[in-house]
Amino acid sequence: MSIPVLKFDAVIVGAGGAGLRSAIQLSEAGLKTAVLSKVFPTRSHTVAAQGGVAASLGNSEEDHWHWHMYDTVKGSDWLGDQDAIEFMVRKANECVVELEHYGMPFDRTDNGKIYQRPFGGHMSNFGEKPVRRSCAAADRTGHAMLHAMYQRNVKANTQFFVEWMALDLIRDAEGHVVGVTAMEMETGQVVIFHTRATIFATGGAGRIFYSSTNAFINTGDGLGMAARAGIPLEDMEFWQFHPTGVAGAGVLITEGVRGEGGILRNSSKERFMERYAPNAKDLASRDVVSRAMTTEINEGRGCGVNKDYVLLDITHLDPNTIMKRLPGIREIGLQFAGVDCIKEPLPVVPTCHYQMGGIPTHYSGRVVVPQDGNPNTIVPGFYAAGECACASVHGANRLGTNSLLDLLVFGKSAGDSAVEDLKAGKAHRELPQDAAEKSLSRVSALDNRKGGANVHETRLAMQRTMQNHAGVFRFGDLLKSGVDKILDVEKAARQLEIKDKSMAWNTARTEALEMENLIEVAKATMLSAEARKESRGAHVRDDAPDTPEFPNGRNDAEWLKHTLFNPVDNTISYKPVNMQPLTVETIALKTRSY
Amino acid sequence: MERADYERLRWRCIRRALLELDITLTRFLDDGFDKLNDEEQLLFAEMADMEDHELWYWLSGKSECDDPRFAPIVAAVRKS
Repeated sequence: MSIPVLKFDAVIVGAGGAGLRSAIQLSEAGLKTAVLSKVFPTRSHTVAAQGGVAASLGNSEEDHWHWHMYDTVKGSDWLGDQDAIEFMVRKANECVVELEHYGMPFDRTDNGKIYQRPFGGHMSNFGEKPVRRSCAAADRTGHAMLHAMYQRNVKANTQFFVEWMALDLIRDAEGHVVGVTAMEMETGQVVIFHTRATIFATGGAGRIFYSSTNAFINTGDGLGMAARAGIPLEDMEFWQFHPTGVAGAGVLITEGVRGEGGILRNSSKERFMERYAPNAKDLASRDVVSRAMTTEINEGRGCGVNKDYVLLDITHLDPNTIMKRLPGIREIGLQFAGVDCIKEPLPVVPTCHYQMGGIPTHYSGRVVVPQDGNPNTIVPGFYAAGECACASVHGANRLGTNSLLDLLVFGKSAGDSAVEDLKAGKAHRELPQDAAEKSLSRVSALDNRKGGANVHETRLAMQRTMQNHAGVFRFGDLLKSGVDKILDVEKAARQLEIKDKSMAWNTARTEALEMENLIEVAKATMLSAEARKESRGAHVRDDAPDTPEFPNGRNDAEWLKHTLFNPVDNTISYKPVNMQPLTVETIALKTRSY
Repeated sequence: MERADYERLRWRCIRRALLELDITLTRFLDDGFDKLNDEEQLLFAEMADMEDHELWYWLSGKSECDDPRFAPIVAAVRKS
């Protein structure tokens, strides 16, 4: 079957922060650049980022990139690659200033400099005291950033393909990436983008969990495409959670609610935090609270029909205090839980927020895989940046405001590397004969299958399995049974059926294609989590507790290594963490405590 | 509304930048949109093209809808 072929120097999949940043590099270098996006670029999930972007500008007080580096290594629980982390923090100032020149309306100090505010985990002088390092544009940093970069791309003649869904990576017989297949939603037409460089910037896959703060768009499309093309996924066991999202919705309830006197209760209305943290109670740290909530739910003391959430009670507070000090909370309760929190407690559950792992990349943005004994062999023509990639700078846990920095620095870096590789004069490689075969047969199977699995039910089964078996606090036996369950869900996900067979604007088909990506991520997460028998950063296991021999349950002798999940045969291998920074001395291992 | 127009609108409602809007607009499409007349449906589609933060401020009541054309639609979504 002959399908249209569009030829570009580069295609970028995803028009969030990382995609737009890399597109600027390519287009401004005069390369013919296409950006594919499921939605209009300024409707990407980067818009939801509020906290700011970290850079040691030192505008408000003394700061240094080396201190930022130390905080990031420590935050990562030493799983982050120290060369990539040094690269990122040293590029931070340049990237923020560039953004300012693109027109980003940063908040300013009285003397006109970029205003900086403190953010959790960012410290001065190697962990001594908090430092003001976050640069923000009110509470709309992500939004302002996307608008500034979109305008810059329009000026640079980047060609946008809006409401297009990328389907599959195209690799030739030698493993080079030579483009992607994609579907135009308006027509249902599948098209080949034949390129010399392909950059994935598709964001995270937080929708694998039942409770997620991620917008519906975060379906891990880049990870799914990479996995289907035989690229392993790195450190997928590491996901960041918030303790209190509205059960069933995922919308965040600020931690300020507990700060104002909110109490967590189980199905017997017991204030269970008194048992887990007798002194701090409901104000204990995020991980302690999340762990207690999970234990209550796992031991049958959760609430509701499925006993799968706990309650956050503020009914004892003065309604005026709630309205004054916690604006918006009542509205969130009413809209997303159907509960007036002045009269009834809110149903809450630990909620997935950010994916630390992803497509393995070098800090240059080039995708790397193990091959012939080298764990970091470059896949020619393939680059990735942002949440879908794993450079790895966040390691086992990400610091707030480092995510926007990640997408700026590595978006730019991936763009620069692609420009460098393309300027070296590489011509378009020939497309394989079967370039679109895989995509066409997937679409055709969806269109023709009868008696297959329902997309919504399969997604729900996956999300509940992930939430119950690989949530914020993990148990060895639950992870083991979770592996069997997710492999069962995978079987259903390979047999999806859709009722709507229309070509134009078939959202059922698009959601089925997204589901085929989500399941790759869910499987990688469950199997990687089951295999890692220690606790580190965001991966906390009941059977790897805090002991004098293994503080916080971390076991560096055995587990100071990156997981590589091979989606082709569901096997796991490991590669070393790069402990050697670019110019400074290694930040030596120590127990992570704040 | 023609099928293709409705499905395009649906996609633009169920894939937003903000989770809050994904949930709110999906719910309204499933239970409320059909009750709008043709003209109101077109107004809803126009409103759905707004930037996420502005739209969420209206729909959550954080700010007053300052365009009288959209006020009844905002009220209908808030009620759903």
